[in-house]
Amino acid sequence: MNALNLVFQFADNFAFVVLAAVGLAVIFGMMGVINLGHGEFIMIGAYGTTLSANAGAPLPVAMAVGVLVTAVMGFVLERTIIHRLYDRLFDSMVATWALGLILTQGMRILFGNSIPQVSTPLGNIAYGEFSYSTYRVLLLPVALLVLGGLYVVFTRTEFGIRARATIQDPDTARALGVDTDRMYTATFVIGSALAGLTGALYAPTLTVVPGMGSSFLVEAFVAVVVGGPSVLLGTTLSGGLLGTIDAVFTNLFGTFYGQIAMLLTAIVVIRVLSNGLTGLVESVRNRVEGE
Amino acid sequence: MTEQRSGLSRRSFLATGGAIGGAALAGCLTGGGGSGGEETVTLGIIEDRSGNFALNGTPKYNASMLAIEELNEEGGILGNEIETFAPDPQSDNQRYQQLTRQAINEENVDALWAGYSSATRETIRPIIDQNEQLYFYTTQYEGGVCDSYTFCMGATARQQLGSVLPYMVENFGSDIYTIAADYNFGQLSADWVRVLADENDANVIGEEFIPLSVTDFGSTINNIQEADPDFVMALLVGANHTSFWNQRTSAGLDVPMGTSTVMAQGYQHKRLDPPAMANVYGGFNYMEEIPTDRNQEFVERYYEKFPDAAYINEEAVNNYFSIKMYARAAEAVGSTNQADIIEELETGMDVSAPEGDISLQGPVHHMTHNMRVFRCDENHNITVEDEQLIPEQFLSETVGCNLRENEETTQYVPADYYEEADATQE
Repeated sequence: MNALNLVFQFADNFAFVVLAAVGLAVIFGMMGVINLGHGEFIMIGAYGTTLSANAGAPLPVAMAVGVLVTAVMGFVLERTIIHRLYDRLFDSMVATWALGLILTQGMRILFGNSIPQVSTPLGNIAYGEFSYSTYRVLLLPVALLVLGGLYVVFTRTEFGIRARATIQDPDTARALGVDTDRMYTATFVIGSALAGLTGALYAPTLTVVPGMGSSFLVEAFVAVVVGGPSVLLGTTLSGGLLGTIDAVFTNLFGTFYGQIAMLLTAIVVIRVLSNGLTGLVESVRNRVEGE
Repeated sequence: MTEQRSGLSRRSFLATGGAIGGAALAGCLTGGGGSGGEETVTLGIIEDRSGNFALNGTPKYNASMLAIEELNEEGGILGNEIETFAPDPQSDNQRYQQLTRQAINEENVDALWAGYSSATRETIRPIIDQNEQLYFYTTQYEGGVCDSYTFCMGATARQQLGSVLPYMVENFGSDIYTIAADYNFGQLSADWVRVLADENDANVIGEEFIPLSVTDFGSTINNIQEADPDFVMALLVGANHTSFWNQRTSAGLDVPMGTSTVMAQGYQHKRLDPPAMANVYGGFNYMEEIPTDRNQEFVERYYEKFPDAAYINEEAVNNYFSIKMYARAAEAVGSTNQADIIEELETGMDVSAPEGDISLQGPVHHMTHNMRVFRCDENHNITVEDEQLIPEQFLSETVGCNLRENEETTQYVPADYYEEADATQE
């Protein structure tokens, strides 16, 4: 096994897990809405990016368009549909799943079964007999930046504090003058924009088709469940754990065993740590503080 | 009170509905019961226009409609206009089963074209066999189906790989690395790569089976680089696996690749930005780029009817020529009686198809195809590198299937006949 291969594959896998999960984690962790249409939100971001790039926009601009389109769609959907579904967990699952189906078939009707694809920029890093796509490796720092940015927004800004207050105790927050409706809308839009960003980032390296959302769904849900209740820490930890397991097993035994190992890890974590990885961190912290 | 009333009305509603349903059923039994009747000819065309396989199924549907329109302009079949039963199965195998039953039992189709994937074919084949329904399966597939009621119009893995693999060995060398989709079709195709490698004095130095859900090929690309083969056989399937081509190009993996699956079905060379498919060689019976006059006229007719269509894939053309072939068989026997038509087809038939002059191998229900090796260059232009007629050989020569003499509904696999194909013996 080549060590650099492993490092690059870890970077690749970590970024994929984190970026697939982060939008879902924000919406689920902050609002308690399980967005089963999450994969399709990512697909919308990818379509926005690819279509703008095909229309002649430089890739970074096209990506910004992809994010913007998904955020606007998130805003509209929150105002019209999602806001009726707070505190209705199962209803929200059925409704968002239906939204996903409508988005998939809607894109198929609007743009056909496939659109011209954008190629991956930036070439490759060659080392000895091996080489790896530079773009895929750079997704790791991007994923870390996204996590860092979210940490700052939710802990260091007034908006973040209001948003968290709304999630923890909406009645008290409202009594203290927080416009909780607006907080919910804003949080949902942030989650949607993150899904759009994931779509935008993967548009040049995956196949952009109406059904592409489903390829993110497994990693996204496994990461959120393995991560546990704390959004940011959970996503980071599960990205780290699942990324490592996937990279090691894929490298040793091939892609099939990489997937099996990742799902087995999820089962073990859920069985042993019912509150996910962040639950473990919390209990360790409590024990240390208790002593 | 109100509840009871609604219950009553629901019951009476059900009764009425039942009566209507019964009447409709009775109507069917009396009206269309005789499938040899001279009144109408109904063809069932069940091809995906939505869901996972819409990309592959839509051209099949289009080409079927073109063939039927052309036949109707020439007076239909036996002087009757051809009618169609053509619902959208939505890439859903349960829906396929339901629609197949409906096509046979309610619509009384005289012949049926249905399904893209092998999984779909195997889902509906028991229903077809039970009802002794004449059925055409048109996708290029793993091969080995010896079935009294099923005619496999696509090239088999042995035909597709048998055209491209010897070409690759001759031009690039004898060390082969196989990457294949991890399911029935991919596994059996990889078996055929091993059999054909052995026949052509080449070696398979590495193999990786990739689940259909995988979109990240970083490690696969590294594994290929480590093995350093002379060429790769890429038997990848579906939208997720299409991501491989962009990723291998961006990683700088430039070893030549042979395939039996991409380009001719999902027209990746039209969808992906060049040079994603550079130096990919495919063994197919059809791509719309075939430069012959006959094919170019066909392509023109197709796009005249479907100006917005994306591509004419291999399967579409198989639907097209087999509908015409069915019409000729019906004219020859003078009825649409299915047993008679099957008997007629089993005597074999020469077919003038867009790919060239080919023939039906009657006893095995497969086609001798005009196989070409197509090359995609760095600008995604397609050129024909090699061309030969390749018959179906596995059933006709190795297994000894003969449907004229024995009724069968079996699918044979190479592992039972070739040591090299049996991965468990290594």
